[in-house]
Amino acid sequence: MDKTWNNKAWFMVLPVLVLVAFNAIIPLMTVVNYSVQETFGNNLFFFEGVKWFQEVLNSPRFHASLLRQFAFTGLILLIEVPLGVAVALAMPRSGPWVAVCLVLMSLPLLIPWNVVGAMWNIFALPDIGLLGYVINAMGISYNFTSQPLSAWFTVVLMDVWHWTSLVVLLAYAGLVSIPDAYYQAAKIDGASRWSVFRFIQLPKMKRVLTIAMLLRFMDSFMVYTEPFVLTGGGPGNATTFLSIDLVKAALGEFNLGIAAAMSIIYFLMTLLVSWLFYTLMTQSEAEG
Amino acid sequence: MARIDCNHIRHAYGPHPKSDKDYALKEVHHAFEDGGAYALLGPSGCGKTTLLNIISGLLYPSHGELLFDGKDVTNLSTQERNIAQVFQFPVIYDTMTVYDNLAFPLRNRGVPEPDVDRKVRETLEMTGLADMAKRKARGLTADQKQKISLGRGLVRSDVNAILFDEPLTVIDPHMKWVLRSQLKQLHRRFGFTMVYVTHDQTEALTFAENVVVMYEGEIVQIGSPAELFERPKHTFVGYFIGSPGMNVMPVAVEGRSARLGSQTIELPGAPKAGITGAIELGIRPEYVRLGASGMPVSIRKVEDIGRHKVVRASFEGRDIAAIVGEDEDIPADPKIAFDPAGINIYADSWRVEMGG
Repeated sequence: MDKTWNNKAWFMVLPVLVLVAFNAIIPLMTVVNYSVQETFGNNLFFFEGVKWFQEVLNSPRFHASLLRQFAFTGLILLIEVPLGVAVALAMPRSGPWVAVCLVLMSLPLLIPWNVVGAMWNIFALPDIGLLGYVINAMGISYNFTSQPLSAWFTVVLMDVWHWTSLVVLLAYAGLVSIPDAYYQAAKIDGASRWSVFRFIQLPKMKRVLTIAMLLRFMDSFMVYTEPFVLTGGGPGNATTFLSIDLVKAALGEFNLGIAAAMSIIYFLMTLLVSWLFYTLMTQSEAEG
Repeated sequence: MARIDCNHIRHAYGPHPKSDKDYALKEVHHAFEDGGAYALLGPSGCGKTTLLNIISGLLYPSHGELLFDGKDVTNLSTQERNIAQVFQFPVIYDTMTVYDNLAFPLRNRGVPEPDVDRKVRETLEMTGLADMAKRKARGLTADQKQKISLGRGLVRSDVNAILFDEPLTVIDPHMKWVLRSQLKQLHRRFGFTMVYVTHDQTEALTFAENVVVMYEGEIVQIGSPAELFERPKHTFVGYFIGSPGMNVMPVAVEGRSARLGSQTIELPGAPKAGITGAIELGIRPEYVRLGASGMPVSIRKVEDIGRHKVVRASFEGRDIAAIVGEDEDIPADPKIAFDPAGINIYADSWRVEMGG
């Protein structure tokens, strides 16, 4: 049978194309535009080639925030993934408590990001905040607005509070999909609790955990609102992560060229790491 | 190897069973002899898997006790009972090789590695998995996976019993025969006590020396395949075993004869006096003789199924099935007679003994 070619059908995809163009391609191209030009206002632009890129890549300030970013993301993954799995394992599989647990777990995810930042800001204030007050009362000097270590501790704790639930929910979904027969067979085979985790639960959770780690990597790598509201990147530059640095460069200092080049490097890095990570995780599956 | 006694075992899944309806297992009082091969046969939801899980310790019964060789194991864990069980759907450890899968139950029990190796190799040979021992268990076919599951059940030679929960459901028909005969061979060779749950009568009758038929949470009959066929104790056994199942029709019994509509049927003996309830006469299609003399029937359909024909007919307004030989002719004016040897009388579905 001959296929009917109807070129008018292309008009049908036009709305989508327009939508994608306006929300993705055009803004992205604007950024590309800025990243290779110099402007002195009055809508005058001069082509600068890769100068901004060189400048960003050689700048100690970028190196420092990049290092902070990797440290933050690394810590987040190291804490949230094992903790999330542990919480998911501890949650009941059936009964009335399942709903209670799920609602409790979803709550942090439903709170707007800047509210989380504001909440923790007040919560951690050394004089009137419950957390800050209690820590100081225990004899530990704690002030997230003046001590870098306190600031890091608070930022990480806040992220753990906000996002571990996501890992929990995904891991839990993986756990409940394991048929009872697996646990029964493990009992018959005399498997220990650890073996059940190692040989049944972990392999069955692998797919969802891959997704969870990918999401947590991307989100924490791009984290902005919460640390911005909590510490504003300080004290000094102690919690200035890439996105905060980027906004400082673009809106604070109005270095549009630098900021645009940085955005593109930032974007490519997120893309690259995500791709590497995903490829590694799925490749080991294909081998297995 | 052990003898397994189920003493008045009842089980309800809900916490507060009130009536008989709440019990998945009403009352099972039965002994599985040491070294016996048993099949638990019954329709889905009759309690056979419940009974199996109670024996293996995956479930603890609400009432009653379980003895292995006279020792009370009712409250012991699965591990302490030392039981092997194979499930309906293959359970394999994806990340391990086939070899490690089979070694898993042994290593968990701290068996020394040389013994593990010897036992695993034997089992690999037995199940025909020897040439894929080094492969990851993931990505094997369903019947290879189920063979691994079977293998994990067979690898421990010191188990008290091996329980099978419809293990061949996912296996191709031709492999079913192979695996089933392998299991029978294993049973003959090693004398394991085996309990095999199935809803497939062919599987039950070919596998086991003793078939335990369950219906609605109760054991309705235990016997050899021949006993189940000739003398079903309960009309359910009559329906469930045999193809087609037993003809069961309501009758009125007077002495040595039963009356059905305008017909009177001679019984082989007089049922003991004073039976009450719904009286029924059961006769297997194999004992219904179709010929030129006897009681008139009208034939509705003849199914030729190879070795014989199944005649579906109407008798006194009720459906009746009869089996006739492949070469026999169906008479133009069909009449049926019942072979007295195949007549059973039931009161409220339970078989009534007949005196001579």
